[in-house]
This record gives sequence, C-alpha cells and structure tokens, in this order.
Amino acid sequence: MTEKRFLLDPTAEKSPPWRERAPRLPSLNDRTIALLDISKARGDVFLDRIEEKLSQQGLAVKRYKKPTFARIAPIELKQEISTDCHAVVEALAD
Amino acid sequence: MKTFPDGLVAVVKGDCQTCRMIQPVMTKLAGGQIPFTVLTQDDPEFLSGVTKVIDDTKLAYSYQLNIEVVPTLMRVENGREIKRIIGWNRKEWRQFTGIADLGQDLPEQRPGCGARNMEPEIAEELAWRYQSAELNARRIEIAAQEDDLEACFERGWTDGLPVVPPTEKRVRRMLLGSQRAADEIVGIIPPNQVPCTVEKVAINAVMAGCQPEYLPVVLAAVEAACMDAFCMHGLLATTYFSGPVVIVNGPIAKAIGMNAGLNVFGQGNRANATIGRSLQLVIRNVGGGRPGGVDRATFGNPGKYTFCFAEDEEGSPWESLAVERGFKEGASTVTLFAGDGVQAIMDQRSRTPESLSRTYANSLKTVAHSKIFMVADAVLVVSPEHARVFRKAGWTKQRLRQEIDEILKTRGSEIIRGAQDIAEGMPEIFADVDVTKFSPGGLHIVHAGGKAGMFSAIIGGWVASGPIGSQSVTKEIAL
Repeated sequence: MTEKRFLLDPTAEKSPPWRERAPRLPSLNDRTIALLDISKARGDVFLDRIEEKLSQQGLAVKRYKKPTFARIAPIELKQEISTDCHAVVEALAD
Repeated sequence: MKTFPDGLVAVVKGDCQTCRMIQPVMTKLAGGQIPFTVLTQDDPEFLSGVTKVIDDTKLAYSYQLNIEVVPTLMRVENGREIKRIIGWNRKEWRQFTGIADLGQDLPEQRPGCGARNMEPEIAEELAWRYQSAELNARRIEIAAQEDDLEACFERGWTDGLPVVPPTEKRVRRMLLGSQRAADEIVGIIPPNQVPCTVEKVAINAVMAGCQPEYLPVVLAAVEAACMDAFCMHGLLATTYFSGPVVIVNGPIAKAIGMNAGLNVFGQGNRANATIGRSLQLVIRNVGGGRPGGVDRATFGNPGKYTFCFAEDEEGSPWESLAVERGFKEGASTVTLFAGDGVQAIMDQRSRTPESLSRTYANSLKTVAHSKIFMVADAVLVVSPEHARVFRKAGWTKQRLRQEIDEILKTRGSEIIRGAQDIAEGMPEIFADVDVTKFSPGGLHIVHAGGKAGMFSAIIGGWVASGPIGSQSVTKEIAL
C-alpha cells in the first residue's frame, strides 16, 4: 500500500477537486460516434447492436478496436478517434 | 514551552567528538549535588552513567531552546534558563558548575559541533512543525497510479510546460522565503477578481520552479499586476500580442542571481524564467485567465510563458529605471510593462549619439504601425556597447529621449488614414498638427544585455497604453 499523496490546489478553488468530465454533447445531430471495441469477448456483439440502433437514428458511426484490452489504447488510435469523432462508446468488459 | 528541572541541563549528541570526550564530566555531574539532566539529540547509548536523560531525537526541546552548538550547558532556575555556555572550556565549566576539579584529565578546550536542529533540512522541517501557520489551500489527493506531473496537466494547472508538483513540503519551504503571513491577501486577481493569499502565490511559485528567495519578487510582481493602473484584466483579454513584462531593479536582482547581461531575454536563468512564469501561473490558476477563456490574444507572444529580466545598473551610464520612477537608490523594485515580443535594432556603424538616436527613432517608429502614434508605449533596451556611445558623449537618458521624440515628431497629414496610400493611420483631426510617437512618459529606457554586440532592443507596448488601458507600474519589493 503506497502512502497517500496530496498536492495543494493552486487555483481559486471554484471548481471541484476531482477532474471534470468532458462536457456532454447537447445533441447527437450531425455528430459522428466512435464505437470502441477493447478486444474483450463479445464486445463486438454489444457494439454491433449499438451501431444498429445509432444508424437507425441516421447517425454516423465509426468502428475502432484496441489491439488488446490489457493495455491502454495506442496514442494513434486515441488521436484518430478524437480527430474524426465527437463522442465515443466503449464496450468495456465481458 | 517545555520546562526543565532546576539545576544543570546539558544538550549533547553522540555524533559529536567533544560530547563523547566530556562523557566522564557528565557522569561526575550526574553524581553531584546539583540536579543534572542531559538532553540528547541522537543515540543516548554513550551516556551510560547519567541517570536523567531526556530523549530529544525529535529535537522539539532543542528547537525551542534554539540550541546552536553541542555541548551546550545551561543553568535552570524556577524552570527557566538563566545562562548557557557552549563547547568545552575547562575553566568555564568549572566556574559554571562550581566544581573545582571538573574534567582534570581533559584538554583545556575543545570546540563543540553544530547542533542537529541547525542542519539545513532539519532546521527547515522544525520551522514548519513548530512555527508555521496552518495552510489553507485545498489538499488534492493524487491517485496511486497517477503521475504527479500528469496530474497537474490534467487539472489544467499548467501553461503547457510541466510544472513542479506543489506538495505541502515544497510550499512550506517556499513560504520561508518571505516574512509575510501565508494568509495575507496580496491582491485581487483578474479576471475572476479573486482575493489571492501569499500561500496561493507560493503554490504557483513552486509550480513555476522558483527558489524560496525569489518569492518576495514574485509577490511584488503580483501586487503590481493588481494595481488598477496596470489594467491586467484588459491586458489579458486583449486580442493584441501583449502580456506583462517584469523588470527587476535593485540589489535583489544580483542577490538572487538574476540575469541582466548576455542573452538577457533568452533562456537559461532560473530566476528570470521562473519569476515571470509565476506571475503568469497566478493569473491562470488563481485569476482563471486562460487562453480561449478571457485571454483572447490573436497571436500572443512567447513572453506569455515568462518575460522577466533585471536591469544592468552597474554598467549603465544612467540612473536606473527605478530611480527614474522615484524610488531611492538601493531599493529593490519590480516594474511591470504591458509588452510584446522583442524587436531588434542593429547599428554597428554609429559612433555618435546623434546617429544612434536616429537609428533608434527610425526603429521605434514601427512600434504597432509606422502611422500609429501615441497609443503604444515602448521600452528601449540599450546594450552596453551602444550605451558606451552615450556615456562618452555625456548624453543623459532625458537627452536621448528628447532627441528621439524630436526626430519622431511628424506632421499629422503624413500619417493620417489614407496617407501614403495606406488606409490605416491616425484620425483625420490630427492632419494639421505635429504628432509625437510616444505619449509623455511612454518611452522607457533601460540598460541590459551582453557586453558584445552593437544592438539594442525594443519591447513594443500594448496599443492601449496609458490611462485608457495599461500604464507601467512599479512596486517596491518587501524583503
């Protein structure tokens, strides 16, 4: 068990101490949605169904896959998703 | 305050040869008439034979007694120290204890050793433990797998470069650089108009990479930025290039190793780099002023990471910027100027002040735009090789300024909008009057730079210089 580490807040403390989530998209209209398969079993089944649902709504969908679930996504993959898409749905676990 | 039993109290450490040498003396004192207590700063093993030993390995007593040397021998009456002696001096110890044959097998005299509570790292820690006020900043827990540097980036605390993670230890050490209380308010920081304490400045100074002795300069810079005349809010919000330029005068510049010479605007000097950066981080983190938020600069300039330098006063033919602005000789000050990047002036041929001032004037004319007068101030930074020309001719700073003003005086019709087939320019109403490039007090002259190079430099000012926008301000550094 490593000792707890603390940093002193350099700000005016007007925002919460935890990292803030990215702002939610106000609407999905004209947005491109990334579907990220992390290479875990049956993630593809889940994402196939999500793609079907989103496509029915007329949304653009792009599929991505991590080489292995055991490691964080390669930088190129993260950059590709953030450049081409506005939101990402990740199929996390089996 | 801890009190002691009356009698004699010795403070020792086993790591000290003199303390070990006087071990028989202590044994003798322990068996004597006067109550005898020993405080040990480390392993008490060598004190066998002494019955009353107080373990002071945590140094709480030593710190409170301000022990500088071991051994220290004190006389205590009614729980209070009356007198003390340090080191070993046979005659002195005999007088002090009233024991005539004390230490007869020992040498006459031996100096003591430095007390453990005075060792640099330890002294610092003791000061934090027993002296410093509570810190008020929110403590943010960093997850076990998070990297401290990355945590600072992810929370938006950096200017794009890595910052030093502001741990409590580092912040407390930084606070020792100033006499001011951690909770004292330094100023109201724009754009969010947030009251900023010494502690918050110290946190950001840690992040910028400052040494504690830079903190008084950073505090003065923050105070100056909060002065109404400087208009930091507007300077931050402008689409123009400018940001705060910090010019340091007085003995502190040399004391903390600031650069006033070679590569004065460039990289490589910790004090220059981190003091300027601290001010920017305070505005970013405490004030909330960030690019894309209130900072709307079209280009900005690299000086918005940090732009801070010292004036070379020793080599200058003139009075310093601070003295010129009414501060007494020997005062340390910070001057803030709302400035852009550095514009080069090359003149390797002029050997007379008349010729060189014409070079300066021609270059200064282009600040902001060669047809825009009286809206942007400037700092003219004269190098040692150029300054030599003025020294030789006996030109004062005022004389140089007057000559430049005179050369730049222009008939309004030549620079009004549309003149020279350029749409930009001065409003029509100036057509029939002579116009000077700089408003009164708008051209600052300082001396800095490397000893070789017949160049000088212009730091152009914000196009909202003066009472309508930003006026340069100077603040004395409280030491």
